[in-house]
Amino acid sequence: MAEAKVKDVLFRPIFNDNPIALQILGICSALAITTTMQTTLTMCLAVIFVMTLSNFFISAIRTHVPANIRIIVQMTIITSLVIVVDQFLQAYAYDISRQLSVFVGLIITNCIILGRAEAFAMSNPPMLSAVDGFGNALGYSIVLVFVGICRELFGSGTLMGVEILRPITEGGWYYTNGLMLLPPSAFFLIGAFIWMLRAWKTEQVEEQPFEIAPNTRTSEAF
Amino acid sequence: MAAHKESIGNVLRVSFLVCLVCAVVVSTASVALRPAQHDNRMLYRQVNILQAAGMYERGMDVRAAFEAIERRFVDIDTGEYVEMPDEYDQRRAARDPGLSRTVSPDPAGIRRQARVAEVFLARDEDGNLSRIILPVHGYGLWSTMYGFLALEPDANTVAGIGFFDHAETPGLGGEIDNPRWQQNWQGKRLFDDDGEVAIRVVKGTVADDAPDQEHRVDGLSGATITANGVNHLVRFWVGEAGFRPYLERIRDEYRGDDAADTRAL
Repeated sequence: MAEAKVKDVLFRPIFNDNPIALQILGICSALAITTTMQTTLTMCLAVIFVMTLSNFFISAIRTHVPANIRIIVQMTIITSLVIVVDQFLQAYAYDISRQLSVFVGLIITNCIILGRAEAFAMSNPPMLSAVDGFGNALGYSIVLVFVGICRELFGSGTLMGVEILRPITEGGWYYTNGLMLLPPSAFFLIGAFIWMLRAWKTEQVEEQPFEIAPNTRTSEAF
Repeated sequence: MAAHKESIGNVLRVSFLVCLVCAVVVSTASVALRPAQHDNRMLYRQVNILQAAGMYERGMDVRAAFEAIERRFVDIDTGEYVEMPDEYDQRRAARDPGLSRTVSPDPAGIRRQARVAEVFLARDEDGNLSRIILPVHGYGLWSTMYGFLALEPDANTVAGIGFFDHAETPGLGGEIDNPRWQQNWQGKRLFDDDGEVAIRVVKGTVADDAPDQEHRVDGLSGATITANGVNHLVRFWVGEAGFRPYLERIRDEYRGDDAADTRAL
């Protein structure tokens, strides 16, 4: 029973309950850092690290935290983890850290992390919460990697910095798509991802808030 | 128990302990990693200086190569060398009212400028000056672009340009990092025969037989404002309010040294 539940907690957020595609959270960072795969993957790893540990620690102290300061306690823990990640990147992956610039720090404001802390970690045991954090971070990463692959491949003609489509500026044939390098393209790509996901898992399609009635007025009325 | 958990005492206790643990973790990470971060920043700067000077090769020993480069300080107004402590930071000095001045007119959009600027002098094996590397910066479309402009010893011919810190649009303005575009600058001349600043980034490409082609650099398609920013910042920094007095001094010295050199400057 418990086994099945762990599996559920881990895999549900990837497609069935994806934080970006179904809950529409964490869009902001998905726009900002997905121009190249390298920054995308670094961001994914950073989020996986922060989310797993923040869920674990918050869950570990959940029985002691008074309800009226719980959000600020969660934020303090998340913020500390993010600063640690940022410091590590600056020390050991300086180039990537420069490309990500403020966006590592902005993981703090990623709604998915606080959302999982509040919705899951505050009412579940530490190990299960860590698994939930890991699963949700994976769900987030899947969308980011999808967007990152599309943006880097069609925007720069490369993947992980390796040339796939040789762009005209380098003497090749591929005319790079400038839109892919700008943030709005991530909106289109996330939209396409959600569309594909809901075409596959039709239960995610939201109900229409209202039916559009056929036009009953005839033109003679005017 | 529940009442105890919500008591003011517990609120203070929990917040104090959480803050204490987090503060210890964060400060440990920060202090332990500071030397590595500082090294990274210095290395990055040195790589960029070498790149601008066209002396960088992938996988080279940057530190060893940098031994051949001398760091000097120049008084912007007089163009004379001045002595400054090793830890002098030009960017920080530009914010210090005692060490800087407001810039007006301000084509490069930098607002304040340090009175003393760094320059880097690269020497060849015989100890002769081979490159003069000037730090330059100015505003583009989104960001202040920081870079280096490398000159040949005649203090007129451009040897290279490179930017190490900017936030221009990747793929458009970000093409200022493209070596193909940077190559454009090589061999261009900053000053015309009368000693006036003549270098200019133009729209489109410069034909080889265009008049003044030795002073004209290709623009960046789709990034007019960034290209204009580069144009303004280079013209500003080699101009009267920038390194011009210094460059004129170097040029006179150079001409004095090579009286036999008949190259028209």
